Amino acid sequence: MGWLFGDRNTAEPHRYAQTNGDIVSARVIQGDLFESLIPMLISSGYRVVAPTLDEGAIVYDVIDDAADLPIGWTDEQGPASYRSYDRGDDVYFGYSVGPRSLRAFLSPPHLTLLTITRGDTDLAFASDEHEGRAYAFVGVRACDLAALAIQDKVLVESRFVDAAYTSARSRSLVIAVNCSVAGATCFCASMGTGPRCSSGYDLVVTELVRGDAHEFVVESGTDAGADILGALGSREASPSDITDAADVSLATERAISTSMPDVDTYTLLTDNLEHSIWEDIAQRCLSCTNCTLVCPTCFCSTISDFTDLAGKATRTKSWDSCFSLDFSNLHGHPVRTSSSSRYRQWITHKLAYWYDQFGSSGCVGCGRCITWCPVGIDITEEIQRLDSEAQEVPV
Amino acid sequence: MPESSYLICTESPDVTQAAAVALAGLHEEMLPRPFRVRSKRMETIDTVTLEFEAADGGPPLSFQPGQFTMLYVFGVGEVPLSISGDPEAPGVLAHTVRAVGAVTNAICALVPGDSIGIRGPYGTGWPHAQGKDLLIIAGGIGLAPVRPLILNALAHRDEYFCVGLAYGSRSPGELLYTSELEAWNARGDINVQVTVDHGNPTWRGDIGVVTPLVRRLRCETDDTIAVICGPEVMMRVVARALEDRGIASNNIYVSLERNMECGIGLCGHCQFGKDFVCTDGPVFPYADVAYRLGIGAQ
Ligand SMILES: Cc1cc2nc3c(=O)[nH]c(=O)nc-3n(C[C@H](O)[C@H](O)[C@H](O)COP(=O)(O)OP(=O)(O)OC[C@H]3O[C@@H](n4cnc5c(N)ncnc54)[C@H](O)[C@@H]3O)c2cc1C
Ligand code: SF4
Ligand code: SF4
Ligand code: FES
Repeated sequence: MGWLFGDRNTAEPHRYAQTNGDIVSARVIQGDLFESLIPMLISSGYRVVAPTLDEGAIVYDVIDDAADLPIGWTDEQGPASYRSYDRGDDVYFGYSVGPRSLRAFLSPPHLTLLTITRGDTDLAFASDEHEGRAYAFVGVRACDLAALAIQDKVLVESRFVDAAYTSARSRSLVIAVNCSVAGATCFCASMGTGPRCSSGYDLVVTELVRGDAHEFVVESGTDAGADILGALGSREASPSDITDAADVSLATERAISTSMPDVDTYTLLTDNLEHSIWEDIAQRCLSCTNCTLVCPTCFCSTISDFTDLAGKATRTKSWDSCFSLDFSNLHGHPVRTSSSSRYRQWITHKLAYWYDQFGSSGCVGCGRCITWCPVGIDITEEIQRLDSEAQEVPV
Repeated sequence: MPESSYLICTESPDVTQAAAVALAGLHEEMLPRPFRVRSKRMETIDTVTLEFEAADGGPPLSFQPGQFTMLYVFGVGEVPLSISGDPEAPGVLAHTVRAVGAVTNAICALVPGDSIGIRGPYGTGWPHAQGKDLLIIAGGIGLAPVRPLILNALAHRDEYFCVGLAYGSRSPGELLYTSELEAWNARGDINVQVTVDHGNPTWRGDIGVVTPLVRRLRCETDDTIAVICGPEVMMRVVARALEDRGIASNNIYVSLERNMECGIGLCGHCQFGKDFVCTDGPVFPYADVAYRLGIGAQ
């Protein structure tokens, strides 16, 4: 096009494990897999992040041993509703995703970027560098693997690189789980991201409960995963183990009750930027920002400086949300003053402009925004409604 | 069956504490460099042009006309500012700043010797117009981001066909670079048209909006590049006037403004439809943004 571009940072794209969905070779490990795996990861220097109970919700957090896993617990989710309870069995992964996603660890809510010191003559800027312990993410679901791949695209493979994310991400280990229950707000199947994990893991486990036998079918996706698998006591999976593991995913997929309508959301949304549906949604939306804070692919942030009296300032990056009024401040007024324009901004980014920017949908179908919206606004329902209304009354 | 009392907040001590030890620092792209104020010139009652030089012994800040930097004032904050200096003399970094809020007021209060932080340059630049006619239409502070383009075109005047500038401001006292405007006009090889919304007793030039002046800018070729910089409404009206003159909308370029925090496409603040204004812009072909600008609240 002949116009000038600024200097671009063309960082090397990072590549993570890619495997296809077929079970090629699998091992079977007894029901106490995590009792040996978690101490092993900790003693190899990993900080283990796995689902655990926190204030009545099952969320990813740092755990010290397998007893911190919510064994026997399950959850019930719906629009604006979440409950967890003890089923009383010994199933390790009988629940779906909770409100916290892995970006809480890879792009934490608050992160110090740099410190600024005022010297006698000039300012000095020092980047806050500390390579700490690597994360081992345990119990990661297919939707969250897809979200990691999307965040890699945004934060690692863009023109400029988020160095903190890239460092933490490239050193982390991912031990995934194939879902055995479907939440009422899950719609991964219609987004093509789950419920079976197909790539992006070092190890993936499928929990098999057959009568009194409690076992895990384990497949590795990388050499690191294979090494760990090799260090654990396991036996070769039989054809029936493999069929039973595949059946867990099939049954879960059949149990999924929510789906994104099979429409071209890009065209639907960009053709209807001035549709009355945005006003209608704004009647319900509180602009509370919950949907963006629970979303595993959202990446918006704000930069703040904290200055002390001794001539030192700290620059931090914190999560921000396009639902905040001052997010779009310009010339003294927000560009998007109304809730309708902010909801439209959010959904058009997720389901339309994300394709232009990053080559995929920005939604992985985890359903978190539906569960944690205090008024139960459902992204799939709004697309359904826009689709039928747009067909009735062409605008 | 307890209803979860889980609060969605970004203040989980476990998470933050864990993250603090597991992350490495930021990329050099976001690390400001210390610069020092070299000179300061009052342009208008609320606008100054400051020249800065690197204070770290590092290389000068080479830039393309139209690009911007993020300028940091200690203890106050950081703002995006277009570079207003000569691209062929990047050892001096110039910014023309209007005091409208906390940071820009602090910038306008700087004096020679003061130290600030600069990161960039960021974003896209104005198009190449060598071998073509170049028309520049600016409003108010919008003359600052096109000044590097004008300086460059005048330094290589023989590489262009017609070069024209139409500049509008609210009042004579609010015109930027007045002595330079006169010097450009005196050269005779650039058509300089200036107008103000409200005149004063000594003002002998045009009064009114900038749009009618567009018609006075001559073109010799069918290949004219037009660049517009000013308030969004002004740019839309001028772009339509240029289209009416037969200039194709993909030969018309505008520079957009949105809230910016990172400047490098990672914070989401400047998102405008499919683009991040900081990396995909700020300079866009008008054809690419015309529809979006018409929708509003985007
Ligand atoms: C790519 C880009 C290039 C720019 N180049 C220049 C330039 O060359 N020279 C220049 O003077 N300004 C420029 N601006 C605008 C400048 O960034 C803002 O004026 C500045 O961010 C305001 O910060 P503040 O802390 O002074 O004001 P704030 O305290 O943030 O806001 C206070 C007041 O400032 C005004 N304000 C806030 N943001 C803007 C804005 N973006 N534009 C106009 N007024 C605003 C409002 O009236 C508000 O009430 C540019 C902006 C962008 C995005
Ligand atoms: S938009 Fe909703 S369903 Fe889609 S990834 Fe984000 S939180 Fe999950
Ligand atoms: S859609 Fe729901 S969760 Fe999102 S901002 Fe609106 S009310 Fe909050
Ligand atoms: S300013 Fe952060 S994405 Fe553009």
